[in-house]
Amino acid sequence: MDRRQFLQAAGASALLASTGCASITGQAKPHVVVIGGGYGGATAAKYVRLWSENSIDVTIIEPNANFISCPLSNLVLGGSKQIGDLTLGYDNLTRNHGIKLLHDSVSHIDPEKRTLTLLSGASLSYDRLILSPGVEFVWDELPGMKVAGAQDKILHAWKAGTQTVALRLQLEGMADGGVYAMTIPPQPYRCPPGPYERACQIAHYFSQHKQKSKVLVLDANEDIVSKPALFKRVWKERYANIIEYRPSFRTVDIDVGARTAISELGDKVKADVLNVIPPQRAGAIAAETGLANVNKRWCEVGFQTFESTQAKNIHVLGDAIQGSPLMPKSAHMANQHAKVCAAAVVDLLSGRMPEQSPIINNTCYSFINDKDVIHVASVHTWSEEKKTLLVVPGSGGLSSAPNALEGVYANSWAANIWSDALS
Amino acid sequence: MKLTATILLTLCAATSSVTASAADVIKSGARIAASCSGCHGTNGATQGSALPALAGQPKDALLAKLKAYKSGAAQSTIMTQIAKGYTEEQLEILATYFSSQKK
Repeated sequence: MDRRQFLQAAGASALLASTGCASITGQAKPHVVVIGGGYGGATAAKYVRLWSENSIDVTIIEPNANFISCPLSNLVLGGSKQIGDLTLGYDNLTRNHGIKLLHDSVSHIDPEKRTLTLLSGASLSYDRLILSPGVEFVWDELPGMKVAGAQDKILHAWKAGTQTVALRLQLEGMADGGVYAMTIPPQPYRCPPGPYERACQIAHYFSQHKQKSKVLVLDANEDIVSKPALFKRVWKERYANIIEYRPSFRTVDIDVGARTAISELGDKVKADVLNVIPPQRAGAIAAETGLANVNKRWCEVGFQTFESTQAKNIHVLGDAIQGSPLMPKSAHMANQHAKVCAAAVVDLLSGRMPEQSPIINNTCYSFINDKDVIHVASVHTWSEEKKTLLVVPGSGGLSSAPNALEGVYANSWAANIWSDALS
Repeated sequence: MKLTATILLTLCAATSSVTASAADVIKSGARIAASCSGCHGTNGATQGSALPALAGQPKDALLAKLKAYKSGAAQSTIMTQIAKGYTEEQLEILATYFSSQKK
């Protein structure tokens, strides 16, 4: 959109709907509703308040009482952190920024009327909606997991919380000499290096407490998706007798009673603890609102504003979007999306054209034991030619080797990004 | 059409005290600086003791460090990789912004 098109669009909407003007200039302040209080949603909510100098009202709708971080949650499985270390409240968003928090879920969005209905039955109206719903698991692709009770026995632990704690208990309860197997879905999925970090964490635990036990990685992808050379080196040098990696093992069903993963070729792998990371798509509300237009899974957005290409006044960010080239589904990326989106929302509700050339970056730290870390980083900036965010040539890269200094930085990263989202 | 839209927007802006503050431009440098805050805290108010706070650092020192990361003259685990993604002009904006923030 160039300046002329923007003014035409803004003018047209003002002409068509006097409420468009009234919502800015009337007695009520503009209202932004944010669905989802994770890394994306909480950060977007805070920055809309900061950058509008509190002249825009913001409501977050989040079903969970607390924020529980997925990053670092593999360390709970490894035993060096507790889930409480990763659990934070939402109080500061209300106290410091005047954000209204509703612990509820959204059952329906009406993009035409700009209203939404909550599970509790209440309804809300918005001037702009920011959707940060995270991912939903596609259980239809694993029929055995849809049987009643199956999901209590075979855990994913891919949304941090009770599942993380329960998987740790399964690992603690497993007899020495047992096999832990993890299935990895085809990419894209949330947190590309996460499964391989998890393999390291559980191997680290076994190396200390269950030396006869094995970690079996069943990966639907042809190779390790993120930091492949580094993970392979770590596995060879530190966990050679513990981790076994099987690429191109595409899990198509689970025999829950037998704790067995079944591949598309009919291979069956039985485990003592079976951990299934299911295929994923944008959170359900995105598809129900008609926003998940890419493969019926992910939401296409314009990267200058993160506004959906499918519905006006609705922005989508975080893991739910179809990323630009080489953009991972990561917490750090969601944090970065949130601020580009928040600035655009403030601009648009103030009658300004959004900034044209956003620049964002990504950092993913992976713990390979309780203290040593490897990272991958990148910087992405707007390409006027390609109309998307592209990695800046020459930027980004990997750790040269696992190191404890980056372990310190990884914990510092967590403290800072949590503060950026929630304080 | 363009003129009409401009007038409408101007009218909208002119008729509300609420809009007055919302319509102020987001502080110069704030958007690009927000790309740093995932690791360095909101407005450079860095949490914890592993990293120095960016907020309130002298502009010249900060800019020199950022340029050294960009050129590779300064060694680091990650900042050389990040700084190479920003232009010298962007690094100058960042140094100016963080130096003006309260510690």
